[in-house]
Amino acid sequence: MRASELLTVTDSGLYCPPGGFYIDPDRPVDRALVTHGHADHARSGHAHVMATQQTLDIMKIRYGAGFAGAEQAASYGNDLNVGGVHVKFVPAGHILGAAQIVLEFEGVRIVVSGDYKRAPDPTCEPFEPVPCDIFITEATFGLPVFSHPPVVEEIGKLTTSVTDFPERTHVIGAYSLGKAQRLIALLRDNGHDAPIFVHGALERLNAYYVSQGIELGDIRLVANSSAEEMRGAVVIAPPSALGDRWMRRFDDPLPGFASGWMQIRARRRQRGVELPLTLSDHIDWPDLTATISEIGPGEVWVTHGREEATVRWCELNGIKAQPLSLLGFEDEAE
Amino acid sequence: MTRLDADTGAMPSGSLKAFAELLDRLVLTPSRNGKLRLIATYLADTPDPDRGIALAILAGELSLKAVKANLFRTLAEEHIDPILFRLSYDYVGDLAETVSLVWPQKADNAGSLGLADCVARLEALTRAEAPAVVADLLDRLNPAGRWALIKLATGGLRIGISARLTKQALALYGGKDVAEIEELWHGLKIPYGDLFAWLEGGEKPKNTIIAGFSPVMLSHPLDAALLSNLDLRDYQAEWKWDGIRVQAVGQQGVARLYSRSGEDISGAFPDVVEAIDFDAVIDGELLARVPKTGRTGTFSDLQQRLNRKTVSSTLLAKYPVMVRAYDLLRLDGEDLRERPLSERRERLDTFIANLDSDRFDISPALEIPDAAALSALRANPPEPPIEGVMLKRRDAPYVAGRPKGQWWKWKRDPFNVDAVLMYAQRGHGKRSGIYSDFTFGVWQDGETGLQLVPVGKAYFGFTDAELAELDRFVRNNTVERYGPVRSVRAEPQHGLVLEIAFEGLNRSKRHRSGVAMRFPRISRIRWDKKPIEADRIGALEILLD
Ligand SMILES: [Zn+2]
Ligand SMILES: [Zn+2]
Repeated sequence: MRASELLTVTDSGLYCPPGGFYIDPDRPVDRALVTHGHADHARSGHAHVMATQQTLDIMKIRYGAGFAGAEQAASYGNDLNVGGVHVKFVPAGHILGAAQIVLEFEGVRIVVSGDYKRAPDPTCEPFEPVPCDIFITEATFGLPVFSHPPVVEEIGKLTTSVTDFPERTHVIGAYSLGKAQRLIALLRDNGHDAPIFVHGALERLNAYYVSQGIELGDIRLVANSSAEEMRGAVVIAPPSALGDRWMRRFDDPLPGFASGWMQIRARRRQRGVELPLTLSDHIDWPDLTATISEIGPGEVWVTHGREEATVRWCELNGIKAQPLSLLGFEDEAE
Repeated sequence: MTRLDADTGAMPSGSLKAFAELLDRLVLTPSRNGKLRLIATYLADTPDPDRGIALAILAGELSLKAVKANLFRTLAEEHIDPILFRLSYDYVGDLAETVSLVWPQKADNAGSLGLADCVARLEALTRAEAPAVVADLLDRLNPAGRWALIKLATGGLRIGISARLTKQALALYGGKDVAEIEELWHGLKIPYGDLFAWLEGGEKPKNTIIAGFSPVMLSHPLDAALLSNLDLRDYQAEWKWDGIRVQAVGQQGVARLYSRSGEDISGAFPDVVEAIDFDAVIDGELLARVPKTGRTGTFSDLQQRLNRKTVSSTLLAKYPVMVRAYDLLRLDGEDLRERPLSERRERLDTFIANLDSDRFDISPALEIPDAAALSALRANPPEPPIEGVMLKRRDAPYVAGRPKGQWWKWKRDPFNVDAVLMYAQRGHGKRSGIYSDFTFGVWQDGETGLQLVPVGKAYFGFTDAELAELDRFVRNNTVERYGPVRSVRAEPQHGLVLEIAFEGLNRSKRHRSGVAMRFPRISRIRWDKKPIEADRIGALEILLD
């Protein structure tokens, strides 16, 4: 069996012909395996969805109970059989419930990483490297310039600013699924015990994370709080809220943004933020190249992001590589 | 789950990295107050001599041009594949930033290199050893530190804050008056150990400088109501000149020209400095002079000479400048600042009479029998470079800062023009999320008939309620968005007319309209007018001459 027969690129996304299923398809299909709950990977309207229980729960929260015709939960590490293809879900370290999907058929093993990272994240299981013939990696930050600083330094920037500007409300834009909860959990780990205020868009996802045993501490809704109470506090909101009328409720807000893109100065200026925090749920360049070396795949396929540099690095290191032009993945807000 | 130690998140004090982070925050912090606080906090947290070096860099007193930018590219390409480097550079768009990010991280000691240490090594650099030393420095830094190092070493560091702001941050840090710092400034030496010692409660450094700066006396704004409470017999009246406030200082053969904040601007005005052949301190206004006529020129003429470090002989001949004196602070070693204005003025009259009249003349005292006479003078000034009248108490000593009830300024009424709103930008701080910066234009004959040409930008002059209305108008009439900026409908029959008040006009090559407004603000929102009723560019052009 050739790898390209086990997994091909179609208009709807990655397709496994022998198993008859898609992985993270971007339009409704009969049978979909979904790596994680982000909207560019998990779409509603499939007839049958297989994902981790947490990913299924997140899809239900975001799309409503009827998000799929039928659902089937896959536990991390369990051996499954889908249409004759051996399938396993393995932690990806990206967000709560995120998985790499391992496919094995007639002696060929492919790992579809979905989105993943190796940096510390108290809100999800860490990435597990799986040896394979083909490793399909994302390359959102696939350029040598993306070497994300230690998480503790970035959290330190936020807590230091809160100390230095105690009269300003620190409003931090963070992607509402994953990044927001990770930021809160990291703040808590760093000893920040004060109430953290959140935008209404985060309420249900936060509650779900807490139900899954992720401690977020004293979380309050911005809508139920006065400007006075929120002075000097950390507020977390979806990035889009920062440029919105919604900001007017705060006295002298100090806008920040938690994103892997904040490493690049021009990007900070574009966003108009005062406090950029380089905090990414995607793998950075040093970890990406180290992970490929660690797994030692026969071949690397590169999806969304900066495929060119990653492919070049593989070539320089004697690893066969090719870009997979998959459309529809957007990680601008990451 | 591991507990993160708060201490490991803090940066080592005095490091180049901490300085780089300060620079990054300053760039992104729009409010003046915020910038002051950031600098003051940095100074408090950073040991000597690193903070002194930082201060010198911030105040523009220290710049290195030790290394060519290309060296960094060459060094980087020894560590990284050229194609990967090109892809990175294409994405980032800035060489220093690209090199700082792709440089291989040596994990153990990154971030520990001190700022003073680093600058000392760069200053001592010879060409031959540059590559090895620079590579070693890069190895000992993190990306933010490497970026600052490259910018510093190549002389490409743009701080974007004024020397004055830096001095204000020092004043804030030490709880001192900024005037005291300005007076000392030119006598201080990098890394300013004695200055910091004083700011932290120690002894004040002695002012040993020759031809130093004396902090200036400033005025309060006046209006008709306040005027009615003044007894005009106690006051001397003068024109308020529309030039640049300067201080001409001569002492022991040293001549200097300072701006009102104490910046040494001698380099830009050699024609004036050459004429300072006296031992005195003159407070006055720098004005343009029309060659061969003896008349003073407009602020536009003066602008040709501003913001230059050096000046060509052609420019000197074409746009000569002079000082119109209004006060005398020191004469032949005698400090006159404690004396009343009436006495200083008498001494000034005699003194100026003996100077080269092409370079120094006197701002005449005006006859004002009553308030009506003052109003009349204010409304009809005789020469263009006048922006109002001044009243100064005859018995007032010369006091640095803005003492109450001593000096008054009464500016002439602003000019007005009806303009059309063209673009709006979201504000910062309290106004973040609100469209609060407005670009407006007036009509000009173009190839396709009447076109709007932008003439200025205003971000104040309106109440909070009006701001809310403006914001609503922008959101409901958006044509296009570019990041934080929106263009709005501005058509002859549909759009918003703003009455703009401004203090004057300058010619400007940077603006498409050829004019730039001084201190424009929105004086009224003309919901009642259609854009076609707004002014033409001609209404502004006549004000230029
Ligand atoms: Zn994702
Ligand atoms: Zn993704």
